[in-house]
Amino acid sequence: MNAPTEYLLHLADNALVLGQRNAEWCGHGPILEEDIALSNNSLDLIGQARMLYQHAAEQIGNGATEDTLAYFRDVPDFRNYTLCELPHMPLMSATAQGDRDFAMTIVRNFLYSSLMVLVWDQLQTSKDTQLAAIAAKSLKEVRYHLRHSRDWLVRLGDGTEASHAKAQAALDQLLPYCQEFWSTSPQESAALANGTGTDMAALQADWNRIVDEALTEATLQRPAAGGFVPTGKQGIHSEHLGFVLAEMQSLARQHPGATW
Amino acid sequence: MTTTTLSSAERAWALLEHLSDPEIPVVSLRELGILRDVRQGASGLEVVITPTYSGCPAMGQIEDDVKAALATEGLQARVVTQLAPAWTTDWMTEAAREKLRAYGIAPPHACASEKSGAANVVQFAARSAQTEVVHCPQCNSANTTETSHFGSTACKALYRCLDCMEPFDYFKPY
Repeated sequence: MNAPTEYLLHLADNALVLGQRNAEWCGHGPILEEDIALSNNSLDLIGQARMLYQHAAEQIGNGATEDTLAYFRDVPDFRNYTLCELPHMPLMSATAQGDRDFAMTIVRNFLYSSLMVLVWDQLQTSKDTQLAAIAAKSLKEVRYHLRHSRDWLVRLGDGTEASHAKAQAALDQLLPYCQEFWSTSPQESAALANGTGTDMAALQADWNRIVDEALTEATLQRPAAGGFVPTGKQGIHSEHLGFVLAEMQSLARQHPGATW
Repeated sequence: MTTTTLSSAERAWALLEHLSDPEIPVVSLRELGILRDVRQGASGLEVVITPTYSGCPAMGQIEDDVKAALATEGLQARVVTQLAPAWTTDWMTEAAREKLRAYGIAPPHACASEKSGAANVVQFAARSAQTEVVHCPQCNSANTTETSHFGSTACKALYRCLDCMEPFDYFKPY
């Protein structure tokens, strides 16, 4: 039994886009250890994306490879959560950019990792045996990502006045984007129906528990969820994804077939 | 036993048995549990390897090293990457752990219980879960502290010994 291709792409695109975002810190980390930590985190995510794309490419056939899926699809083809594509800085109008904000990076990695420990755990028993194998590996890695981001969340939240304010601001900005985790999409419904996916709604209580425990320890206030539900996993993205893809895909498109 | 009686799979095993890891050359791929099998497949010799971390950049090098080692005796093989069962540091042999320690890398603890379910996942996130003591590979002191969860490679963390003051790598349980 194979997972629907669009479902594999949803999981892969989440990992690739967040991996690409975290890689932006490579060479720019606030301290050397964090530079290395975020690069390692990216390496894991991009590795997960590669395995998922390889699996999807076998199903698609027609010469599809992990590279054609990563480098030659455009914004509406991507199925990642909007959360994963946002820049590392407080959101401004249109494409205005400020300095990268470490608190945004940490809060996003925490919110995403808290979800993925639950998702990968469930997918270990997917009827798609290759997806189950990928899930077993990814779970081991995302546990380290959660541990890392949670530690920093507590350190920033329960830190100085300035670090607390930045962590709270990042949480206020990013938490509403998590509403997308619980909305339905055609690929997730199809995966659930054929026994290869997982029921996301059933994970919400555990996710809330992981998040709330950490926020309490970090002395941060959980903002109200609000009514905004992002639509990235349906291919309707924020203006930010195009800029991520432009940077990530330009080399492969300018030099087709280039290898190291 | 003479070489003429050995099958190509046996000859390949002999060649690959001691092939070292490109990143940690004191241990072999066999000892690390990366080299899983050498077998005669339908279309020739197959060498089965399993990746460590999903994004481990050494996997490409390992495949090249395997092919180069086989080529020294004129053997060719397809390198098959197998994901399940997922690689774990628990497969590492005792001899390999000792070699790591002698090399200056603290060997991994046994993995946390692999029981499934949300309770285990949630509990992992709690700070109280981080109670393991890592001994300094230089002076064996238990008085060590973690500098960073992530080290020079994906599979290692950075530690520091508070007695002999040496920094060292810890091979993380996976």
